[in-house]
Amino acid sequence: MSNALLISNLTKTYANNVSALSQVSLCVEQGDFFALLGSNGAGKTTMIGIICSLLNKTSGEVSVLGLEQSKNLNQVKRMIGLMPQEFNFNPFEPIEEILINQAGYYGIDRQSAKARAETLLKRVELWDRRLDMAKSLSGGMKRRLMLARALIHQPKILILDEPSAGVDVEIRRSMWLFLKELNEQGMTIILTTHYLEEAELLCRNIAILDNGQVVEQSSMKSLLAKVAKQVLILESIEPLPLVFPSFDFSIDKLDDYSIQVVLDGMSISQALGELSSKGIEIEHVRSAQNRLETLFLHLTSKEK
Amino acid sequence: MWIAYKTIVVKEVLRFSRIWVQTIFPPIITTSLYLLIFGGLMGERIGDMQGVDYLHFIIPGIILMTVIQNAYANTVSSFFLAKFNHSIEELLISPVSYWVILLGYVSGGVVRGFTVGLGVFIAVSFFVDLQIYSIGIVLITFLLTAILFSLAGFINAIFAQSFDDISIVPTFILMPMTYLGGMFYSIEILPEFWQSLSKFNPIYYMVDSFRMGFLGSSTTDFSVSIVVLTSMIVILALVAFYLLKKGVNIKT
Repeated sequence: MSNALLISNLTKTYANNVSALSQVSLCVEQGDFFALLGSNGAGKTTMIGIICSLLNKTSGEVSVLGLEQSKNLNQVKRMIGLMPQEFNFNPFEPIEEILINQAGYYGIDRQSAKARAETLLKRVELWDRRLDMAKSLSGGMKRRLMLARALIHQPKILILDEPSAGVDVEIRRSMWLFLKELNEQGMTIILTTHYLEEAELLCRNIAILDNGQVVEQSSMKSLLAKVAKQVLILESIEPLPLVFPSFDFSIDKLDDYSIQVVLDGMSISQALGELSSKGIEIEHVRSAQNRLETLFLHLTSKEK
Repeated sequence: MWIAYKTIVVKEVLRFSRIWVQTIFPPIITTSLYLLIFGGLMGERIGDMQGVDYLHFIIPGIILMTVIQNAYANTVSSFFLAKFNHSIEELLISPVSYWVILLGYVSGGVVRGFTVGLGVFIAVSFFVDLQIYSIGIVLITFLLTAILFSLAGFINAIFAQSFDDISIVPTFILMPMTYLGGMFYSIEILPEFWQSLSKFNPIYYMVDSFRMGFLGSSTTDFSVSIVVLTSMIVILALVAFYLLKKGVNIKT
C-alpha cells in the first residue's frame, strides 16, 4: 500500500530558537486511521501546521500521496482537509456561508458547494442552524462545523487536531461513527487527541511524539501487546472471603464483592480458573487501566 | 482561480453589507455635515476657488475622502480581523494563490469605496446641482484611488499586531495627508514652498484629477496624476504581495 503521508527529517525551530521538531520522520499508509499522540508542546500541532502549509518548516520534506509538498504545493493542499485545534473561522459569518466560502477557495462553484454544505451540515447535525452566525454555536457545535468545513472539498487525507475537545459523550460517539465511516470509505485519517481511549478505539497505527521527536511508531496492536501487565477488577455476586489463599498473581481486596488483580504474563482464563479452583466465582471482569495510557506515560518519560 | 477570487470578493461585500450601519451609513451622514458646514454655511463667505463657488469646489474632494477612508478601512479591518480570529487559515490551507488573495481583498475595498462614494454622491445631489465634466476621468481617478488605498490598508493589516495598530495610520498619517492634499482648498493659494511640498502628497493628485472630472479645471496635468498613482499602485502591490508570500505576521 502506498504512503498517504511521508515525512522525512522534518525540523522546525522557531524564531525564538525553540526547537519544536527535530529530524522527525514518519510514515502514514493510505487508508490508515493513524494516531499522533504526545503531551502538550510535544510538536504535534507544529507538525500538522507544516503539513497544512500554515507554518514554514526549517528543513526536511513532506510528501503527500507521492507528491513533494515543496514542488506541488497546490496539489498537496487539495488532498488535505484540516480540522484544527483552535476555532479558526469568522464568528460573524453564517454557518452555511463558512462552508460555501471554503469550497470556493478550492474552486468549487457556489451551486455544488451549497449541495455539499447541505449534505455535510445534515451529517454533523447543524443543518437547522445553517443561517445562524457561527459565534452562536456551542463549543461542540463549533468543532462539528470545523469537521464539516474540513470535508467540503472531499480531501483524501483528513487531519484532526483534538477533534473531541469540549464535545459531549453522545456527540463524541456519533463523531467517532462518522469518522469510522469515512475511513471505511478509503479516507486516510490522522488524529491527535488527549483522549487515549479515542485513539485506542479508532486507530490502527500510532506514533508518539515527545519533545519534538518520534519516540514510538508501530501498529496499535503491537504497541498494546508491549504492556505485559494487566490490571483487572473482578467482581463476584457472592461475598468474598476475608482472607485469600495464595495465588500466582497479586491480589487486593477492594470491597466485599470485588478484588483487583495484576496479571504478569498470565491469561485472564488461567487466573479465573485458579480463583474458581479455590471457590471464588467471578461474574464480571473489567480493566482497571487504559493500556495505551500506561504506555504513553512510560514513553513520554512521565513514568520511566 | 476565478471562483476563488469571486468567493473572496462576495465574502468581503457581504461582510461590510451586513454591518451597513457601521460601514455605509456614517460616511454619508458625516459628508452631508461637511457640506452643510463648509459648503453651505461658510462657503459664501469664502467665495470662489479655482473659478467655481466653494460648495462645488469641495464636493469632489469630500467624495474622494470617503472613498479613501472606506477603501482603506475595509481592507485593514477585514484582513486584520481574519488574522485576529485565525480565519485567514481558511485561505492559507487552500490552493488560492497569493495574488488572488490580494486581488480579492483589494476588490472588496474598491467595492466599498464605490458604494460609499456613490451613496455620498446621491446624498449630495439632493441638495446641490452637480455637473460632471468627464465621467471617464471621475471613474479612472476613483478606481486608482480606491485600489491604492485598499493596498495601503492591506499592508497596514499585515503589520498590525493589535487594534491600535490599525487606527494609528488612518489617524496620524491618512487624515493629515487627506486634509493637506487640497481637499478643502486649491494649492494655488499656498506659498510656493508649500505648493511644492504638496506635490509629494499622492492625495493631491487624486483630489486634483477627481476635481477635474467634475469641474473641468485642475492644477496638474491629468496624465501626471495617472503616472503618479499607477506607479504607487505597482509599488504597493509588489510590497503587499511580497509580505503576504513571505507570511510576515501570518506564518511563523
